[in-house]
Amino acid sequence: MTRLRGAALLLTAPAAAAGLAFAVAAVILRLAGADPIATLGDALAYGLQPTTLVAVVNKAIPYYLAGIAAAVGFHLRLFNIGIDGQYRLAAFAAAVIGAAVALPAPLHLALIVTVALVVGWGWAAIAGLLYVRRGVNVVISTIMLNAVATGLIAYLLSPLRLAQQAPGSNNITTAPIPESGWIPPIALPGDVGSINGFLVIAVFVGIAYWLVLSRTTVGFEVRAMGFSERAATVAGIRAPRLALLTMAASGAIAGLVGLPQLLGASHRFGLDFPAGLGFTGLSVAILGRNHPVGVAIGAFVWAFLERSAQVLDLAGISKEVVAILQAVIVLSIVVAYELVRRVRARQERRYVAQAVEGAPA
Amino acid sequence: MTATSMRRLASRPAWLARPVTRVVLGFAVLSLLSGALDAPDLFSRGGIGATLRFSAPILLAGLGALWAERSGVINIGLEGMMIAGTWFGAWAGYQWGVGAGLVAGITAGTAFGLVHALLSVTFGVDQAISGLSLNLLAAGLTRFLSSIAFVGVPGASIATSPPVPDFVTVSVPGIDTLLTPAERAGVPILSDAAAVILGLLTDVSVLTIAAIALVPLTWWMLWRTRLGLRIRAVGEHPEAADSLGVRPWRYRFLALGVSGGLAGLGGVYLVTVASSLYREGQTAGRGFIGLATVIFGNWNPWSVTLGSVVFGFTDALRTRQEVTVGVLLVGLGVLCAVVAIRRALGRDWRGAVLFGIPAGAMLAWFALVRVVPAELVSFAPHLTTLLVLAFARQQLRPPAALGVPFRRDSDS
Repeated sequence: MTRLRGAALLLTAPAAAAGLAFAVAAVILRLAGADPIATLGDALAYGLQPTTLVAVVNKAIPYYLAGIAAAVGFHLRLFNIGIDGQYRLAAFAAAVIGAAVALPAPLHLALIVTVALVVGWGWAAIAGLLYVRRGVNVVISTIMLNAVATGLIAYLLSPLRLAQQAPGSNNITTAPIPESGWIPPIALPGDVGSINGFLVIAVFVGIAYWLVLSRTTVGFEVRAMGFSERAATVAGIRAPRLALLTMAASGAIAGLVGLPQLLGASHRFGLDFPAGLGFTGLSVAILGRNHPVGVAIGAFVWAFLERSAQVLDLAGISKEVVAILQAVIVLSIVVAYELVRRVRARQERRYVAQAVEGAPA
Repeated sequence: MTATSMRRLASRPAWLARPVTRVVLGFAVLSLLSGALDAPDLFSRGGIGATLRFSAPILLAGLGALWAERSGVINIGLEGMMIAGTWFGAWAGYQWGVGAGLVAGITAGTAFGLVHALLSVTFGVDQAISGLSLNLLAAGLTRFLSSIAFVGVPGASIATSPPVPDFVTVSVPGIDTLLTPAERAGVPILSDAAAVILGLLTDVSVLTIAAIALVPLTWWMLWRTRLGLRIRAVGEHPEAADSLGVRPWRYRFLALGVSGGLAGLGGVYLVTVASSLYREGQTAGRGFIGLATVIFGNWNPWSVTLGSVVFGFTDALRTRQEVTVGVLLVGLGVLCAVVAIRRALGRDWRGAVLFGIPAGAMLAWFALVRVVPAELVSFAPHLTTLLVLAFARQQLRPPAALGVPFRRDSDS
């Protein structure tokens, strides 16, 4: 019974945040001179069409990977803002190496994924080492590493070095990865498009994340450290080692974020490679409370909002309104979670007080 | 090497250890180097002016971070407050002049600072999460507002504003005629010294002067007034302050408001003095570099200023010729080599290798490539931040209650 009430209380937070976000959306639409109910209805109808839903799922795959990468760090209060640089550098390296070698299909794919994992792991480990050895704040070091990664890619992604001018466009890209390095799409019945094959790997990452966290010693140590650093240290868990491990693991997962695009769609890394997915990952991890299923819901909601906002342009409203909505959702959900936490703490205290009073002396 | 000479190297005379001596010595070496390697714009008047213009926004962000952190709140949202300052500064500035831009930018930054206070102080949300969400909100909000306010305006787009007017600049009267002959004379160190003085004292924006004036003002407010004492007390021990009737919430709100206002002012500086329009992504992590200057500066306004100049100087490199950056690379390489040799003499082999490898790499790069390409210069301030934080002294003393939300026991 208490468990059920607790779950209901936990669900009030997202519900309240969603309500507030919709209220804000309605106000903005009203100010822009559109009919809020009709416009939101149009957006929802568009978003629920099968072809749109397929697009939403494809869009959500990298968001989910970035969300899990962020969630891994969040457990130890390590805010890995560097997911952005990690996945772009990893995807770039994977694209260059993937295009340079010729291997049979499964090996080729495995090599590319391994390169991405290792590059993401190594780039994040720099921030991890700086934190553990020199006490450098992770938020600051990863932001700086993002800028370094951007500069390095800009330097190497040049026709003089590792890239070439794409024929018939201004884009500059790496050489295309041969077909043996592509990930096959998951075909769907009917004429609704296909799902990016990387979904399988994303689901696998989610399951692995859950298993490691809940069924292994390392996962237990991470959770213990998250609850109380002092208690965990007293219990003999070495905080620095764990922080380094967590940061590097977060980076390795971040290394996968660019691969759905690279292996399933573009097959090359160009100037137009998507950036900023790392920040989306932070949002969806906050939204999903670091839970593998919660993060999946968060990623889906984010992708759904962005996709269904395409309709807004038809109504003469900038689709950038979604960015505000997303920020409002994040802000209101963290407040809502905090308030719910306080209410639960108070209930617990009352329950304990009653139990103590009622107990025989 | 004989024992005497080693001892002489180990115990240097006291005057060599003074910061002023080191700055003068470093200046002389770099000046000679730039002359020998044919890179005339290292100490040019324009280059020094650019350093000033790139240091000021970082300084403002750093002072903002200082106010927040002295009250015990980490302001990761500084970047977002700066973004708000750039957008509102440009939006009001291009329509109604720089005065309006100044007010709008500071107001927007302050508003974001107060939202951060509402989230992290009132609601007790994790300070980092609150700050990060504000950065997202600022980025999303400004993009949306650009799509309304800038799209369709001549010379603007969703990512850029129309041109924004500049603040007036002032010069020390007479100094131009006095020192220009020396600047043009071509005498090795003297001409560079004249150029540095001219760069610092001619055509300086009034907003730059205001930014510099905010350093002693911040010190005075935080260390010499009752208000400042209370803010610092709240940052050190909020429970003790609270028991004496100093309400932590009130002073954290105040400090975050000031913090946001300073970051907003930094944003206004970026769109008016450092450039002449709003561009999306213009802040480029300067809010975070500002946070780094506070750590580098050990939560003290004077050292924060020094840090801002270091980062501002590297930030301004992007405006220099590629060969000039090459000269700096040589300077840095020589410095590393000197440290490596001294470590080797002190039989610290690990230290010798640690500094010897970058020294060799930098000198070899210069010998082979000679220039540093613009793409690599673009992250010079960020790399410097990383290196400075990694190698800086470690006896730091942050405010004791930094990052810890305050709640009374009675109302958790």
